[in-house]
Amino acid sequence: MPAKGYIEVNELFCKACEICVTDCPFDVLALDMERLTPKGYHPAYMVNPDACTGCGICATVCPDAAITVYRYDRKKAEA
Amino acid sequence: MVLTDTPAKLVYERPEALGTTVTHYCPGCTHGVAHRLVAEVLEEMSEVGNTIGVASVGCSVFAYNYFDFDFVEAAHGRAPAMATGIKRVLPDKTVFTYQGDGDLASIGMGEIVGAASRGELITVVFINNANYGMTGGQMAPTTLPGQKTTSSPTGRDVKRQGYPIQTAELLSTLEGSAYIVRRSLHNSREIRRAKKAIRTAFEVQKKGLGFALVELLSTCPTNWHLTPVEARDWIEERMMPVFPLGDYKISSAVADLKV
Repeated sequence: MPAKGYIEVNELFCKACEICVTDCPFDVLALDMERLTPKGYHPAYMVNPDACTGCGICATVCPDAAITVYRYDRKKAEA
Repeated sequence: MVLTDTPAKLVYERPEALGTTVTHYCPGCTHGVAHRLVAEVLEEMSEVGNTIGVASVGCSVFAYNYFDFDFVEAAHGRAPAMATGIKRVLPDKTVFTYQGDGDLASIGMGEIVGAASRGELITVVFINNANYGMTGGQMAPTTLPGQKTTSSPTGRDVKRQGYPIQTAELLSTLEGSAYIVRRSLHNSREIRRAKKAIRTAFEVQKKGLGFALVELLSTCPTNWHLTPVEARDWIEERMMPVFPLGDYKISSAVADLKV
């Protein structure tokens, strides 16, 4: 099934607390161990983007309001 | 991979009222969640330009740097007294205090009891994380029986150091308080309930129904010596039996309020 949405992580704010990684019901997120944020944390990223539904639970639990959530509008694309 | 050829609509973004400053809070600290909920609620109520916040002393001492609206800093524990003065001089403004447990339940207990008993038309956001976070995790009035802190290294002994103060229950007995509830910030469901409670607390002030306080159980991963995820389980397993979530005072006028 194609992804229903996606998220963007603002790496200025992300502190790698892993709460979004744990709480994502579809295991979409992980910490990117290859990269560092300006503050020296490994930022969260979408390791499994096809499973994202754009539910927004990650943004609800994020303590640093680093996550922006989008949902695809496929009906509009087909019309 | 993000599909660039499919149109997408924005579902959620960081509230503008939160500003663009990176907080000094430790990774996973739910102070950030509480800040965000306050900012979201004020944006939804279109009150951002009409709000004056009062910061306390503690980890939340820099709250005035993180909100993009007017803020003042009170002396330790005296935020409710300062908010009282601001609200009485400027009754049309939305005035709230943002206080931790070391500030509100310890040195500021007199001020908060006074403000609640007078039924001051202010909103209080009270963060309870069971220790003094800013100074290194010492025992606070809200520390749980048996909890190890830097100043109770063998655990809080209730025979010597007493029992935790349950602020919401205590303030709910006062006639002037209109809305006193306790919520938690340990999972997405409780965060949504907490947001609704904060919204109600601000509506109570706007309608002039009385004193409103929302107590939020919050994590302190650094001083609890737990990971952010373990700290959230600790709230559920250890804190919630001592500090049960619930509505402790909802006056009849508030019960009729539609949010």
